[in-house]
Amino acid sequence: MMTFFPKTNIDFLKYRKVYFTVSILIFVLGIFLFATKGLNLGIDFTGGTMVQVKFEQDVDMSKIREALTATGQESELQSYGHNSYAVREKGTEENVGEVQARIESALSTLNVPYVVEQTNFVGPTVGQNMKERAAWAIILSLVFIIIYVAFRFNNILWGTSGVVALFHDLFVMAVAFALTQREIDLVVVAAFLTVAGFSINDTIVIFDRIRENIRLHPRETFGKLINRSINETLSRTIITSITVVGALFVLYFFGGEALNSFSFAMLVGCICGFYTTVALTTPLVYVWTKGALEELPKEHKPAHKARATEKKAVVAETEEKPAPAQSTAKKAVRKSRRNRR
Amino acid sequence: MSKSLAIKWIVIIVVLLGSLALIYPNYSWYSKPSAERAKLEAMGDRPERMLNLGLDLRGGSSLLLELDVSKLSNKEPLNEAMARAIEIIRNRIDQYGVGETLITRQGEKWILVQLPGVANPEAAEALIGKTAMLQFHIVKNDVTGAEKAIAKLEETEEPYDQDGILKPEIAKLLPEGYTIFRTKDGGYSLVNKEPGVTGADLENARLTMYGENGYPEVSFSFNAEGAKKFGKLTGANINKQLAIVLDNTIQSAPVVQSRISKEGRISGTFTLEEARQLTIVLKAGALPAPVRVIEKKTIGPTLGEDSIKSGLSACLYALIGILLFMIIYYKWAGFISSVALVLNLVLLMAVMSYFSATLTVPGIAGIILSLAMAIDANVLIIERMREEKLLGKPIATIIQLGYEKAWSAIFDSNITTIIVGFCLMQFGTGPVKGFAVTLIIGLTVSLFTAVFVTRAIYELMLTSNPKEISL
Repeated sequence: MMTFFPKTNIDFLKYRKVYFTVSILIFVLGIFLFATKGLNLGIDFTGGTMVQVKFEQDVDMSKIREALTATGQESELQSYGHNSYAVREKGTEENVGEVQARIESALSTLNVPYVVEQTNFVGPTVGQNMKERAAWAIILSLVFIIIYVAFRFNNILWGTSGVVALFHDLFVMAVAFALTQREIDLVVVAAFLTVAGFSINDTIVIFDRIRENIRLHPRETFGKLINRSINETLSRTIITSITVVGALFVLYFFGGEALNSFSFAMLVGCICGFYTTVALTTPLVYVWTKGALEELPKEHKPAHKARATEKKAVVAETEEKPAPAQSTAKKAVRKSRRNRR
Repeated sequence: MSKSLAIKWIVIIVVLLGSLALIYPNYSWYSKPSAERAKLEAMGDRPERMLNLGLDLRGGSSLLLELDVSKLSNKEPLNEAMARAIEIIRNRIDQYGVGETLITRQGEKWILVQLPGVANPEAAEALIGKTAMLQFHIVKNDVTGAEKAIAKLEETEEPYDQDGILKPEIAKLLPEGYTIFRTKDGGYSLVNKEPGVTGADLENARLTMYGENGYPEVSFSFNAEGAKKFGKLTGANINKQLAIVLDNTIQSAPVVQSRISKEGRISGTFTLEEARQLTIVLKAGALPAPVRVIEKKTIGPTLGEDSIKSGLSACLYALIGILLFMIIYYKWAGFISSVALVLNLVLLMAVMSYFSATLTVPGIAGIILSLAMAIDANVLIIERMREEKLLGKPIATIIQLGYEKAWSAIFDSNITTIIVGFCLMQFGTGPVKGFAVTLIIGLTVSLFTAVFVTRAIYELMLTSNPKEISL
């Protein structure tokens, strides 16, 4: 049996304050970046015109910029390598073809032959509509995820933690895009959605293990159960991450221009997703569940301190009746198990 | 072999053969040289159930048109108008001779036209965007009381709006029942407001290469109803000028020599291409209301080809890397997963071909996500089996428990992701929808290959009573 590491027994929860601090720092950094640099939304969302041309000879980028500035319109110039350049004018209200004609005539003043490789024109209403639809799709998905996870795991806290983890991944991706000022187009939105899918997948694998361990080790404290579950699924988490991240590296370096920003987004999302799974989702469940427990009356307080007295009670009772509540989550799972019988 | 195992294998073999049969048309089609494909496509000899390549992969242009609902006639319901507009645009494009064009309604008043690999998208755009509203008005240049309006028109820089209609501040100065259209050479002409007859009553249109002045002309004929109206109009207005108005611009205004009913022709200084387009649009009929291009994307064929080449080869390398890694790390079990992964791709292609789905870059993203989840399902199962193996259980139990214990996680995560897929399909447009479709198909297929097929392989293996299982 080939393994990369021995069976682990790491106390992941111990460092939860560190993780939360790191995440809060990223959050603050992100807000700062959004406020100062902002996200570079592509013309799919802002509306505007993009013209991508390929010059037949080497052209100095500053020359192209000069020619474009001469038109008196503000535009962005981006190099795609191999003498291929994209010119973008965002948020323009003109009719189709007008901006394109203006850009092309500006480029013609360089007197270097070129071919137009790609053009995009997006009217302002379309951009607005795209934004709205994308937002609706994401909001609706999140609501359904919370409902489904809450239903399957009998606990709204779990569903919510899963969605928080998902948000965390998406947020970090957005921060990466704000930091690099890469353009967010519809393909990048697809990458965001893909990462959202991964994120839920990871979360559910761990939740599933916790659910199972609650059943197998009913006497263990919730904290121990969580650590046990993360450790037991750690090799799966790592192997899956290695395969996916490895595949994405190949796509990033060899996938060509069309897949480049997609694979960049995915790489950030998947690497961050690994961290979130281990360090954020379950500690969050732990902290929230603990918070819920502390509100219970004292005699119902669970965990190791109360265990000695509880043991007697369990022995005295019939087997069908489970031990008094150790945690709301456990109770819920037991309930669902009974229902299934 | 037990009966249930035999049934499982029959299912797998039937599915595999069916998939290969569905994929074969793709193979034979895409292995043809592109020139031959274009020829077959133009003849309509393209296999029906086949995987389509999106414009981002094959090059071409897509136009999103908005129907100007405010200009619809009051009687026509929106749905009917949209259906008619799509029908008319389809007719125009079909006659222009462009292969495999997708025309779909999007949302309430949008129409998406996808033209693959069109060399001259501007011509296609002009053809689609023309309202082609043909009207015949009697010219009334000597109306008294119109002087004020004409004076105002002459001092206004842009007296017509973008659809060629006189601006209301000038129109209100005119006496009741008249309007002014611009002429093709930049002038204007005062005419009766009500058209005597319109293009709605046309029966046919024909291109004449060399007309009276050596320019191409378009001749047309009316149906019975139109002939009656046209005869009445020309009969009552002999020796007067008849303005032939196309999309609110006077093309020509010949003097009526005699009563004409059935036939007529539009002459002017058309180029051959213009005359050809005019013939097509007149034949196909007028759009119920003007359309406006609100989004236009064009991708050159070389760029599409480049992205498909590098994209495909990168995907292939990534896949090979994953398969090698699985085999090295998980040995025999990894090999079985690899078989399932390849089968997953084959089935995915087959299902997409069956639905004639379109593969786009976001669609590839959907496939990657579904493949990654298939790998994850396998990793989950094998890791479980390893845990059971470490406990020293017999092989049959290892396999059974591995699947049983991994199942709930695999099921829940796939269902959740499929739910997301459906949400995206409902609300997403174009690219996001493409992502959702491949994702949903991919996940469904991967549940079959990663769980059902691999287990059938293990069970087949068990029939030979192996002593050891390499994981």
